[in-house]
Amino acid sequence: MPSARTPDGVVTPPIIEVDDVSRSYRLGDRTEGVAALRGVSFEVQPGEFVAIVGPSGSGKSTLLNLLGALDRPTSGTVRIDGRDVATLSDTQLARLRNAEIGFVFQQFHLLARTSARDNVALPLVYAGVGRRERVEQAAQALQAVGLGHRLDHHPTELSGGEQQRVAIARAVVTAPRIILADEPTGNLDTATGDDVMGLLERLNAERGAALIVITHDMEIAGRAPRQIRLRDGVVEHTSVVSPGSGPPPAARGRPALRATDRALQAGRGPAQRPQPDVPGDRS
Amino acid sequence: MSFRESIRIALTAIRANRLRSGLTVLGVVIGVLSVVLLVAVGSGARAAVTAGVEDLGSNLLLVVPGTFEFGQAPTRSQFILDDVEDLARQLRDRATVTGSIASGERVRSDSGAAFTSVIGVTADFEDVVNRPIARGEFINESDVATARRVAVLGASAADGLFGGIDPIARQVTVGGLRFRVIGTVEPLGTALGVDRDSQIYVPLTAAQRLFGIRTIDTLFVRADDRADLGAVSTTVEGVLGERFGTDEFSILSQDEILGVAGRILDTLTLVLAAIAGISLLVGGIGVSNIMLVSVSERTREIGLRKALGARTREITRQFLVEAIVLCGIGGVLGAGGGVGLSYLADRFTPVPSQVTGWSVALAFGVSVAVGVIFGVFPARRAGRLDPVTALRRE
Repeated sequence: MPSARTPDGVVTPPIIEVDDVSRSYRLGDRTEGVAALRGVSFEVQPGEFVAIVGPSGSGKSTLLNLLGALDRPTSGTVRIDGRDVATLSDTQLARLRNAEIGFVFQQFHLLARTSARDNVALPLVYAGVGRRERVEQAAQALQAVGLGHRLDHHPTELSGGEQQRVAIARAVVTAPRIILADEPTGNLDTATGDDVMGLLERLNAERGAALIVITHDMEIAGRAPRQIRLRDGVVEHTSVVSPGSGPPPAARGRPALRATDRALQAGRGPAQRPQPDVPGDRS
Repeated sequence: MSFRESIRIALTAIRANRLRSGLTVLGVVIGVLSVVLLVAVGSGARAAVTAGVEDLGSNLLLVVPGTFEFGQAPTRSQFILDDVEDLARQLRDRATVTGSIASGERVRSDSGAAFTSVIGVTADFEDVVNRPIARGEFINESDVATARRVAVLGASAADGLFGGIDPIARQVTVGGLRFRVIGTVEPLGTALGVDRDSQIYVPLTAAQRLFGIRTIDTLFVRADDRADLGAVSTTVEGVLGERFGTDEFSILSQDEILGVAGRILDTLTLVLAAIAGISLLVGGIGVSNIMLVSVSERTREIGLRKALGARTREITRQFLVEAIVLCGIGGVLGAGGGVGLSYLADRFTPVPSQVTGWSVALAFGVSVAVGVIFGVFPARRAGRLDPVTALRRE
């Protein structure tokens, strides 16, 4: 298993490994599928902030689905947290998504007629968290995105930026180790988009969750230390903005919110924490 | 995800689409309501018939021509007055015997007219079939022997023909013949769909002349002792069997009449229940239809839930529970409405109606089963949705 070295010398396995991945779709009754991805390989380290850029039709969405454990590759291997998604059942994939991945969508995808708090609590429902605890954790997550005063508002009563913040709170409420943001600013004006990106970056730094932003906007992509450029289903170019920086300081697994804050202030943190609550075995 | 959670989500979804949910529920409500109501009407009819038959008394035997079966044309009677007298002689110490012939006739008086049942009877009819006299007297043996043209009026017949005037000693005309009124009967009410109060009684022999026949329709035998009923029945069978073949008449006790009537009414109740069941089925199809619409309308929601970690099973359950909750609400409302309506029907219409516990339980159970059966297909479809495609759906 390829691995990276943190500044203090502890080896951490990548949180996502994409190895020679292809994904093709069948169109109509043609036997030959149309390839959306062809032999893509890269890794994402825990706590890293990566932008995946490319024009439409470059295979970004296909890649997003694979990274989000929503889909399986036609060939090659996608490993999330060390587990090969091709070998997991639908139920195991659902658990993996629930525990390890927070999605942020361009269209927010909030449930209408449902309060911000209940929207944020939704992943906790599927994690089997009790109602009282859900309400509490959802309120905390909303507080963390600056919407502590909007708990009972419905999506229609919130601005676009606020809605996306609710979605971000929902993405982080289960303390996942991966935040997958698909064009998170696509439906927002520039200033609001800036705020939302700032929030994602802050959560990335504070919580140590890897942040993967998929976008066609070069300006947004430029905020990430590393950019993976897709064109016609292949990785065209990988650029690292600050080569000397290495993996960001927050490569620490998945500490709880308050633990993270304390660790940040203390300037240290455990390099690798055991993850007993994650199903499946990991070497 | 707990079951309670599923119900909470289902209720939220149902509330979110109040009008649509309401209309869907309405289909189930109508189905359940009609099952409860129609079964209640069937049971009510059964109860009314039972009460009517029991009114005859448990030690009464009816002798009718032919075999007593539903769906068969009535056999022409061969009984004559001699048979009544024969039987009365044979059963002298053990039972009382009477006979009757009836015909719908136009009856007129000075002040009114009515189309009603004119019944020719022997003197013992008063006791055997229980016609308590209100005023005057009943037909006696000499009236029958001489075919005297006298009449006894039922309570409402007396009212209808004479208004407030005392009818005793006045005359009524039936088929061009005049009859002198000698008595009136106490109000008796309706039994087996027959308004006994509108009947007019005349001596059997006078009725035979009036109708131009020699036969008698029905013989009535009342045993003095209920325990002796079987033996009396055997005697009747023996006496009449000598004159006619045994399959040319039937002896019916209250239990046998109840049995035959009960079978007919059970069939009626089942037919009513089946008709109502069809409407429940239609309601179920409505639920299925709406759930399919709901699944397709909420495709993106399903995709989102899956992305957030919902398993196939949890999505399927969510929609299944929603269908069951819809049907359950419909079941409760329908059962309540059915009980209420059948109460009102019984109270304010001539239709007798009696709610039975099993029909309420059955209708509610069936409505929930309908939810399961018709919810499964849409729910499975929801569960199987691919999250990628589902999320992308606009």
